[in-house]
Amino acid sequence: MTEALLEVKDLKTYFHTENGVVPSVDGVSFSIKKGETIAVVGESGSGKSVTSLSIMGLVGSPGKVVGGEILFEGKDLTTISNRDMRKLRGNEIAMIFQEPLTSLNPLFTVGNQISESIKLHQKASKEEAKIKSIEMLRKVGIPRPEKVYSSYPHMLSGGMRQRVMIAMALSCNPKLLIADEPTTALDVTIQAQILQLMRNLIHENDTSIMLITHDLGVVAEMVDTVIVMYAGQVVEYTDVYTIFKAPKHPYTKGLLDSTPKIHELKDELQSIEGTVPAPGTITKGCRFQTRCPLATSKCFNEEPELKEIRPNHQVRCWLHEEGEVTI
Amino acid sequence: MVQNLEQVEKQAKKEEYLLEVKGLKKYFDVTEGMFKKERQYLRAVDNIDFFVKQGETLGIVGESGCGKSTTGNLVMQLLDKTEGEIIFEGVDLGKLKGEALRKKRAEIQMIFQDPFSSLNPRMRVFDIIAEPLKTHNVAKGKDLENQVYELMDVVGLDRSYARRYPHEFSGGQRQRIGIARAIALKPKLIICDEPVSALDVSIQSQILNLMSKLQKEFQLTYIFIAHGLPAVKHISDRVAVMYLGKIVEITTKEKLFDQPLHPYTEGLLSAVPIPDPTLRDQKDRIIIEGDMPSPANPPSGCRFHTRCPYAQEKCRNVEPNLVEEKPDHFVACHFPLEEGHGVLIEK
Repeated sequence: MTEALLEVKDLKTYFHTENGVVPSVDGVSFSIKKGETIAVVGESGSGKSVTSLSIMGLVGSPGKVVGGEILFEGKDLTTISNRDMRKLRGNEIAMIFQEPLTSLNPLFTVGNQISESIKLHQKASKEEAKIKSIEMLRKVGIPRPEKVYSSYPHMLSGGMRQRVMIAMALSCNPKLLIADEPTTALDVTIQAQILQLMRNLIHENDTSIMLITHDLGVVAEMVDTVIVMYAGQVVEYTDVYTIFKAPKHPYTKGLLDSTPKIHELKDELQSIEGTVPAPGTITKGCRFQTRCPLATSKCFNEEPELKEIRPNHQVRCWLHEEGEVTI
Repeated sequence: MVQNLEQVEKQAKKEEYLLEVKGLKKYFDVTEGMFKKERQYLRAVDNIDFFVKQGETLGIVGESGCGKSTTGNLVMQLLDKTEGEIIFEGVDLGKLKGEALRKKRAEIQMIFQDPFSSLNPRMRVFDIIAEPLKTHNVAKGKDLENQVYELMDVVGLDRSYARRYPHEFSGGQRQRIGIARAIALKPKLIICDEPVSALDVSIQSQILNLMSKLQKEFQLTYIFIAHGLPAVKHISDRVAVMYLGKIVEITTKEKLFDQPLHPYTEGLLSAVPIPDPTLRDQKDRIIIEGDMPSPANPPSGCRFHTRCPYAQEKCRNVEPNLVEEKPDHFVACHFPLEEGHGVLIEK
């Protein structure tokens, strides 16, 4: 189809701590096309947030991108200067965070914060920026945007703050929007409103979205492609319909089975035993070995590669070594 | 003689209910300034009635600020009620004092949402689980040690972890410690305030399964407070939906999820994303517009009328009462839904 907007190749982000090197993201590759919505799914500690921070160039010390390439429209973001990165960040790549209260500055008005990026990136005058900001606030469904423009973040509800964040992120018409758990902190009726809003905005502007979440319900409603991460690696990567219908990695299947579904009634929920291992603790074999119900001796000794088992479906599992297996 | 029989029957019916809550109110004084003559109140819980049968799980759902956690804290006697009765095993807890209250309270325990802040970071796992047993003089010495180890077995914690501190555990394991502590005194009722919402999905199901197992094993009764509807549906027998301090609908889980009568319940159900991408284009979603109004200044009439897609003139002026619209299906709405859009239940 069209060329990739973002291409991540063998990304490695390690944290250098007192207790040694922690490989939070360990060789992750994927790509996002123009207008595509992609989800990165995984439990806490799977490296999904660090992946997004690496793309934004926001990994702080002691973390560091130690290998791989992040190609955004052909430019490698790991090698460009801070100055060039600042031009991109907030302008062509924007980000929405989970907790809108902590990601808005409490000391400045909402209007001040939205118009800041418009003034900076679009060289607009103060007046123009204000008009544009109010227009953005109206677009994200905020009633009385003129009043909200001069309000402080604490005066708004959680849903309103998240709308402000979205307005801010979209104010410069970014090509890529990274949304890190954008609705996790919100109530379900507000979540439905925000998801609806995001869907409409994608259609209008042809923005690519990278959605980071652990909620498979949100994934099923929003995205085209799914990346499942476990312990710093991609374990499965394919389109959303295949993931839900025929998952090929035992971890993906475990995640799907353990999600309580509102439209089904079961006596007992399936669960994945144990917890995600701390990064770097499993040095030999597959990283999911300790929790995998289907693990064999090979899984404890040799690490599987991420392999394409059919076009557009990659899995990191020994099960499909000799042809595809249904699990 | 006839009268006697009636009384006996009444008594028998009463005993079925482990907990009865009648006309419960909790108002918080939020008056600003010292010299205001008129007091302002935040009506967190405003005149609610419900009962919980022995051995069942009552789910309480609602969005933040609806008063569900306040209700839990009131039953637990962690907050003083403003008005109403909380009758546990036929005894009004509000009338008990001192030692009698302390004894009764041992039979009601609580599991909290955040397993990071509900365990004392300076106590070892053993001491955390042993504390209720010591406080209520249930066991000491070798006997205490055995009981604590047995509790650890029951909730699936390795005995070798007894000397560790809470920070050495993951969220799911900490929640297991909290559960062990809650069941230590063999309570009859456990109030679970969002016990799984801070956990990862795969861990959530481990904890929910553990809770179901313990319920069967120890004949526990749960009040399960949560905002996550799928989890509530999984574990509850009956469900109450709260909105701005009021119960708007209460019935069995099947009726509530299949045929909701209140427009708010319908909207809540419709808002839950379904993990099946093939359904996303078919589903005609009812989106509840706007935010929840402040409980300090609730709307007149029906409190939901500002967001209700079907609101009429009467809803703005007259407050609806919770009535039994269909057998064992209570709803507070002037115009309950004829054909509520529930969610499909596949068995």
